[in-house]
Amino acid sequence: MTDKNSIIRLTAAEIAGKIAAGELTAVEVTEAHLARIEAVDEKVHAFLHVDREGALAQARAVDEKRARGEKLGPLAGVPLALKDIFTTTGVPTTVGSKILEGWIPPYDATVTKKLKDAGVVILGKTNMDEFAMGSSTENSAYGPTGNPWDLTRVPGGSGGGSSAALAAFEAPLAIGTDTGGSIRQPAAVTGTVGVKPTYGGVSRYGMVAFSSSLDQGGPCARTVLDAALLHEVIAGHDPLDSTSIDAPVPPVVEAARNGTVRGTRVGVVKQFRGEGYQAGVLQRFDEAVELLKELGAEIVELDCPSFDLALSAYYLIAPSECSSNLARFDGLRYGLRVGDDGTRSAEEVTSLTREAGFGPEVKRRIMLGTYALSSGYYDAYYGSAQKVRTLIKRDFDTAFEQVDVIVSPTTPTTAFPIGERADDPMAMYLADLCTIPANLAGNAAMSLPCGLAPEDNLPVGLQIVAPAMQDDRLYRAGAAIEAAFVEKWGHPLLEEAPSL
Amino acid sequence: MPGITREEVAHLARLARLELKPEELDHFAGQLDDIIGAVARVSEVADQDVPPTSHPLPLTNVMRADEVRPSLTPEQALSGAPAQEQQRFKVPQILGEE
Repeated sequence: MTDKNSIIRLTAAEIAGKIAAGELTAVEVTEAHLARIEAVDEKVHAFLHVDREGALAQARAVDEKRARGEKLGPLAGVPLALKDIFTTTGVPTTVGSKILEGWIPPYDATVTKKLKDAGVVILGKTNMDEFAMGSSTENSAYGPTGNPWDLTRVPGGSGGGSSAALAAFEAPLAIGTDTGGSIRQPAAVTGTVGVKPTYGGVSRYGMVAFSSSLDQGGPCARTVLDAALLHEVIAGHDPLDSTSIDAPVPPVVEAARNGTVRGTRVGVVKQFRGEGYQAGVLQRFDEAVELLKELGAEIVELDCPSFDLALSAYYLIAPSECSSNLARFDGLRYGLRVGDDGTRSAEEVTSLTREAGFGPEVKRRIMLGTYALSSGYYDAYYGSAQKVRTLIKRDFDTAFEQVDVIVSPTTPTTAFPIGERADDPMAMYLADLCTIPANLAGNAAMSLPCGLAPEDNLPVGLQIVAPAMQDDRLYRAGAAIEAAFVEKWGHPLLEEAPSL
Repeated sequence: MPGITREEVAHLARLARLELKPEELDHFAGQLDDIIGAVARVSEVADQDVPPTSHPLPLTNVMRADEVRPSLTPEQALSGAPAQEQQRFKVPQILGEE
């Protein structure tokens, strides 16, 4: 018998194996995680909505399927925490915003559908910065989420609910979305693994749009192999998303099972350090580079001058696309409607609805985008940002002629205290310094734990970036690095997290 | 680059259909000014002869076959509507009095 406390510490691969072998039922596994959520989520606040009934129904269906002797998928019966940006039929989807409070979508996102078809058990919907705009989950209209390593600190953002659910052992798997780092940065500051697949690798259908040329859904987990198993379930061409890539999914699971960096050319970009980087973060990063050398990788120094302009370009492009995408929230067809007293025009009702329904960061970005796209400023701001995007793509192209993957710290600092940057947008934006270039170019990127910063004992993330559609390189290198670290530490990093 | 004034914020808010409160105008003016001051660095490349990139993928006009296929029922499509009437979205008046 496996008790509830040991069930929640299993990896997704272990859970799936035990269910397939008949050592555990999907219902037992689901109940253990629901009990954990009940015990700790009041403190952590990773979930906005727990779907107890739906989760248990899905678990029962998996157990019945096994009882009938049918073959189970590689993640059948494994619980998962779904970011509240993916539509779920019959289950509320708020995107962390008051403007969609109480909205029950009439359809499933493609990611949701793929998870259900694979027998994955969706436990509920996780907290996030409103419309995925933020790096701390403090911009959620439903209150902040605590970092399980220190509940007074942020779990990163925008997908802080997903990363906190993993680090608090409330779920072994989670889904995030990454527009400028919203999967990787939360993974880094919670000591978990997060992957932004190649742009177009995972369908955006049913994923509420923020910045359509940057948004990408992806897997979050506690191990590299679990992330790969989840990646394979959610990835692939989708005719419902016209920007979905019509090509085979890279062999990510095979890569994660055969981790190696022997002979791998690994780039270190000189622009990813300097002012604003915490000393302990750089120390752990430098040790990771030494480890890569010991494991047989060849380290190549790279110069990518355009990366210095990436943050500026991003904070023009993403708000511009957001100002256009969020125009759909007009109070007319779904969601909140305010001030419709029979005397006001539709336009007045729309303005009152948006004022009441959007939080400060969403308003800032809508106005910033409106400004950047307005005549007179378009060429200087949006036009220049698009040129920077070309230069960043070129710098990556040149880099990937010399190296197979690029590594960097995922974030310049460890988790910061809740409230510290809440009303200082520029300070908040700096959290995405290292993650943004991969979004602008559409590359694949991963964050995995590389130790605790000595000054605060908080997790540090190592970022790996690979060329588009070479996502398997992340997993091959990531699995090798993870194995070497676990051997060095004697256990996975999360075992050092305080018990909640 | 000029600073962002309170009046400009009010103009942007009107364009973006945001009925901002007076205290928000002051607060956002300072913050937007800071942000725009910082991101204005991109204009360093304004004179360079570089083509713009609007999207990571070189896709144009991705079409599907023009065939009827299952979609939401009227009830599903209207399920989130703040107000409805006769299987339609009911909205406040759009045109002025004639």
